Order: sequence, then structure tokens, then C-alpha cells
Amino acid sequence: MTARGSRFAGLGRHLVLGAGAVLMLLPLLWAVRISFLPAEDVFSPQFHLLPSRWIGFENYARALTASPLPRFLLNGVGVCLAIIVCQLLVAIPCAYVLAKARVRGQWLLWLAVLVGLVIPPAALALPLFIMAAQAGLIDTYAGLILPWTISPLGIFLLRQAFSRVPDEIIEAARLDGLGEWEILVRLLVPAVAPAIGALITISLVAHWNDLLWPSVVVTSASKATPPFGVMLFQVQEIGSDYGPLLAGAIMIAAPLLALFILTQRRFLDGMAWLGSK
Amino acid sequence: MVAPAALLLLLLILVPLALVTATAFTDWHLGGGAAAFVGLETFRELVDDPDFRTAVWNTTRYVAFVVPATTLAGLAAALLIVECRRGQAFYRMVYFLPSVATLAAMAVAWQMLLSPSVGAVPQLLRLVGVAPGNWLQDPETALPTLGLIGIWSEAGFAMLFFLAGLKTAPRELYEAAAIDGCGNFLDRLRHVTLPHLAPITAFVLVFSTIHALRVFDTVAIITRGGPEKATLVALYFIYQEAFSLFRTNLAAAATVLFIVVVLALSLLQLYVVRGGRGR
Repeated sequence: MTARGSRFAGLGRHLVLGAGAVLMLLPLLWAVRISFLPAEDVFSPQFHLLPSRWIGFENYARALTASPLPRFLLNGVGVCLAIIVCQLLVAIPCAYVLAKARVRGQWLLWLAVLVGLVIPPAALALPLFIMAAQAGLIDTYAGLILPWTISPLGIFLLRQAFSRVPDEIIEAARLDGLGEWEILVRLLVPAVAPAIGALITISLVAHWNDLLWPSVVVTSASKATPPFGVMLFQVQEIGSDYGPLLAGAIMIAAPLLALFILTQRRFLDGMAWLGSK
Repeated sequence: MVAPAALLLLLLILVPLALVTATAFTDWHLGGGAAAFVGLETFRELVDDPDFRTAVWNTTRYVAFVVPATTLAGLAAALLIVECRRGQAFYRMVYFLPSVATLAAMAVAWQMLLSPSVGAVPQLLRLVGVAPGNWLQDPETALPTLGLIGIWSEAGFAMLFFLAGLKTAPRELYEAAAIDGCGNFLDRLRHVTLPHLAPITAFVLVFSTIHALRVFDTVAIITRGGPEKATLVALYFIYQEAFSLFRTNLAAAATVLFIVVVLALSLLQLYVVRGGRGR
């Protein structure tokens, strides 16, 4: 291929990819546009691409004050944080044993992990709801958090990562007199940091965005997480007020998007682990 | 060290699994009296239920549309991106962004994008003199429209997996192909790139299928199964039966069937991944 031909091919590639990029961003860009429109512009028969007057962040302020949005966001942060901490505390020691120790009945545990890995979490909503109702956990933070304290995918990923750490290092540490927990915390956890990062990323995306379980277990707005908050918007006053509604939607998606844009490479590496199971 | 994990696996996965399976063989309703074993009666009732049939049919159509389109879009994006000397990271970020964005919130954004009164797409169509439809309210177009949103939100994963696969494509193969006369892009694509990507393609197909089967958020936020049950899909059917209609045993039976389908696909995935590594 001539240099000139390849330059044209390159240009064509960027045109196609650029058009695709606009399509991918279009829903978000349109939402941003509407979130800055004054109320009279939204249904105006005259089409303005840009707002007829600059109202600043008025719609954002309304979304934050006219609905319990700050509460939703705070709930989302708290619930995700609790879920991730629990998952790590449970998964790390378990994965270590599965990777490095020889314990009786270990295969049974591994089988349970594999079963958990292939059961779609959404499919367990019904029995988990029945159990939560029996335990009196409906409409509580515990009800939001407890069912997800175990992450079979997390155990799976961490076990793979621990398996790659050479046994000699662990043997050497044992000879130096370190206990199993010390070896795990001081030696192995830093060694599998990328896998831990992947688990945190995957979990954060899954639980910040989860709509099904919160809509099942939560009944009051004070316990709602952001996606369930979107559902509640529709029956509230804000639902027919498009400017604030979209400002709210943007603020709900923004934390993860910001994190993604700031930590792109690590974030994508984390998500790519989903393909490695 | 394994006690907490073992306990939680038992309590939060195995017990619920057993519970939902057992419920499917009874006449039990949440808040009802004692349960009686009814054998396969609930499954019979389920298969005869018109809503269940609608849900199975809609889910099948949704998957048949979304999965091939997601895979092709992801493949096309990856093939183009990997050839770029500049902007790889940028395109990768933009194309994956929808997969990170909270779908429940983005469903509202899509509603606005397609809304006949304030949407960008209808406004554009009107500019060129085409009368826009009310796609999300029309039983004919509602499900395909949700399908488009599904493709939009899932294609990023397909792209990511294909890109990872392309990065491992051995350079020597391309050089050998060039020497053998596979000079142009299409020849190389057919004889080198696509065969190299075959195992990853199979994986992406199964991965996207499992994801498409779980479509829920857009239905729950935008259409609630309507209009005229045109977007009643598997998980939304289970959700309604379990938590609005309280036909618990019916929801349990549908859940069991749903798990069986996903399980079969996961086994296929395992087989595909193993096959790919063995080659």
C-alpha cells in the first residue's frame, strides 16, 4: 500500500470511529443539553439547540433540593463501600486457602464457588427476598448489603492471582517465622494488587448501577440507592420536569463516569478480568 | 480462614438456590398458608400462561437482535481502533463509557433522546421532513428500540475483549501473510485476523447472550413491560409475578427455568474458553 493510500485509510478510519463516538455519546450529550435548558425552552415549539437564556446550574440545584437525591447518592456510596469491604475481607483469605493450602473438603468449597459464579445474581432475587423478609431485613441497609457480601467471581479472580505467586516465597516467609495471616497481609495482598483492583472495579460498577435488588428490598425513599431513586423520580413531581430530571440522572451516573475517565487504563484492565473467567 | 466464605456461600447462594427450586414444586404463595407439594403442576401452569409465553418470545427476539449486533459492533470498533496510530485510548474510553454509565439513569436520557416532543432524533427527522414515530410507545417498535439501547450499553465489553484478542495476534502471521500475497486488508482479515479471533468471538457471543438475557433496567424504567406487553421479558416477568402479583411459586418455577438456561450457556462458555486455550 502506498503512503498516500494509507493516509486516506487512516482518515477514513478516524471519520468512522468519530461518527461512532458521537453516536455513543449522544444520549449523554442530549441529557446534558436538556439539563441546562430553562423550563420554557423544553417544550417550546421553536427548536433551540442552546438554551435561550443561561440558567447556570439551576436545574441541578432543583434536582438536589426537590428530591432526596443527596440521600440516594450517600446511600449509594455507603452501600457500595460496605459491600466491597465485606467482599474483600471474605474473599481474600478464602482465595488464599483455595490457591495455596491443602485442606480437607477444599474441592467442595471450590465447587460452591463455581456454582455461585454461574448463577446470575438477579435470579436469586426471589429467594433472597423471602429470606430477607423472614429475617426482618426489608427496607434496611443490612438488606441492601448482606446478600452481596460474598463474591464468587472475586474468590475466583483472587485464587487465580494467588496461584501465580511462587510457593518458594511463602516457604521462605514461613522459615522466617511469619504466621499465615502475616504472610497473607504483608506479602500476598500487595502481590495480587491488580486482581484486588479488578474486583473493586467490577463490584463498584455492578452495585452502584444495580436496580433490581434495591427495588425489591427497599420500600422507602430514605433507603433508596441511586438507580432505584431514578425509579422513584417517575412517581414524583420531578419526573415531569425534564430539566431537573436529567440533571438528576447525570449526577447519578457522574461518579462512576468520573472515576472511569480519571483511571481509564486501570478501570478497563479491571473490567477486562470479567473476560478472563 | 475459609469459614466466613463457606458460611456465606451456603447461606447466600446454595440455600436460596434450594429454596427457589423447592418453591417451584409447591403451591406456596408469599403470605399464604402452608405449602403443599404439587410436583410439576406449577411448571405446567407456567407453560400455559400467556404472559410467560410472551416473555419467552420477547426475550428470544431481544437476544437474537442484540447479541449479533453487539458482537459485530464490538468487532468492527476493535478492528478500526487497533489500526489507529493515534487516539486508541480515547476511542476505547468513549466506546466503553456507556457500559459504565448507570443504565437506569441513561434509560431516562434515552427516553429524552427519542421523545417525540423533545427528542434529538425526532427533531432531526422533522428537519428532513420525516414524521417521527413514538417508538417506545408503539408495540411494533418498543422492543427493537430497547434492543438498540442494549447494544449501546453492551458493545463496549465486546470491543474490550476483541481488542485484548487483537493485541495477542502474532505479528509473524501478518508478515507471513504479506509474503504469501495476502496483501490487502480484507485478505488479511479473512485469512489471519478472523481465524485468530474465532475463540474470542465465541466467548463474546456467549457473554453477550448471558447479559442480554438479563435485560431488566430499561424495561423497568422506560416501558414497564408495555405497551401491550410488547417488552415483557424474562426477568421482568419474574419480577412482576414475584413482587406485584405475589404468584410466588410461578415466579420460582420461571426462575428455575431461567437459571437452567443461563447454566447451560455458562457450561458452553467454559467449553468454548477451554477449547480456545487447547488449540
